[in-house]
Amino acid sequence: MTTNASTLGTAYYEEVVHPDTVAMQTFGFWLYLMSDLILFATLFATFVVLGKNFAGGPTGKDLFDLTYTLGETLLLLFSSVTYGLVMLSVHDGRKKRVLLGLAVTFLLGLGFVAMEINEFHGLIAAGHGPDVSAFLSSFFTLVGTHGTHVTFGLIWMAVMMGQIVVKGLTSPVQSRLLRLGMFWHFLDIVWIGIFSIVYLMGVM
Amino acid sequence: MNQAPVNSISRGNLKSYLTGFGLSLILTAIPFALVMSGAVSSAAALAAIFSAGLVQILVHLYYFLHLDASSAARWNLVAMIITVLIMILFVGGSFWIMWNLYYRMM
Repeated sequence: MTTNASTLGTAYYEEVVHPDTVAMQTFGFWLYLMSDLILFATLFATFVVLGKNFAGGPTGKDLFDLTYTLGETLLLLFSSVTYGLVMLSVHDGRKKRVLLGLAVTFLLGLGFVAMEINEFHGLIAAGHGPDVSAFLSSFFTLVGTHGTHVTFGLIWMAVMMGQIVVKGLTSPVQSRLLRLGMFWHFLDIVWIGIFSIVYLMGVM
Repeated sequence: MNQAPVNSISRGNLKSYLTGFGLSLILTAIPFALVMSGAVSSAAALAAIFSAGLVQILVHLYYFLHLDASSAARWNLVAMIITVLIMILFVGGSFWIMWNLYYRMM
């Protein structure tokens, strides 16, 4: 960590970051992610407890298209890797590459959200909405909560692209990009659970 | 411009991301192929889904979030272990109670 007043010169006060600040912010954000993990754990527990209560409605086998879900999985996995490449460019200070990488990551994430909205729309339009059975209620809650997180990640990413254009790759911006990356990788980890427990086990 | 944030989360390189990507692809493909083909019994498929999912989560934590036992990631790891304990209480406790209830209501 070489950040200090001399390298930053007479920059705005916001640009001066104490050496420990980034580490503390990173750890604080990690604790938030852990609390988010508990939220998802309760939703997973609810889904597994209620997931077989079909109330005469359709089962996972009737509704899920695994190939479609594999597409969603690959979009999210690709976006996780492209975000990792973004962080490498951040360390090299290559602003244009960072913006390009973020744009690609954003589009991959947007594709994921679009596919999920399309899936939900198809289910509800076919009369398989969350009001049909406990299975579908817990399904929409779990998968929808993850999709909402991804959507907020996309908003955050758009804001960061704006900040990079306006402020450049200053250390507060780098620190925020680091935390957005943690959030993004975390959401991919939660999706592994959803793909395995909801979709793969749902069609068996 | 090159001041690297001190937390281990930032400590990535091209190789680690590509290794994590390749392993994730394989670990997604295995359970997907087993379920789609129906080649094995459902018990074996379940075991494959759970083990591939668990290993893939570890792959993501190690290669994407760079979480390991190094001193830089120590407190992140400690916080996660405590969180996993709480999750086991929540999830395991829910199953225990609900299954018991189901059994008694039959």
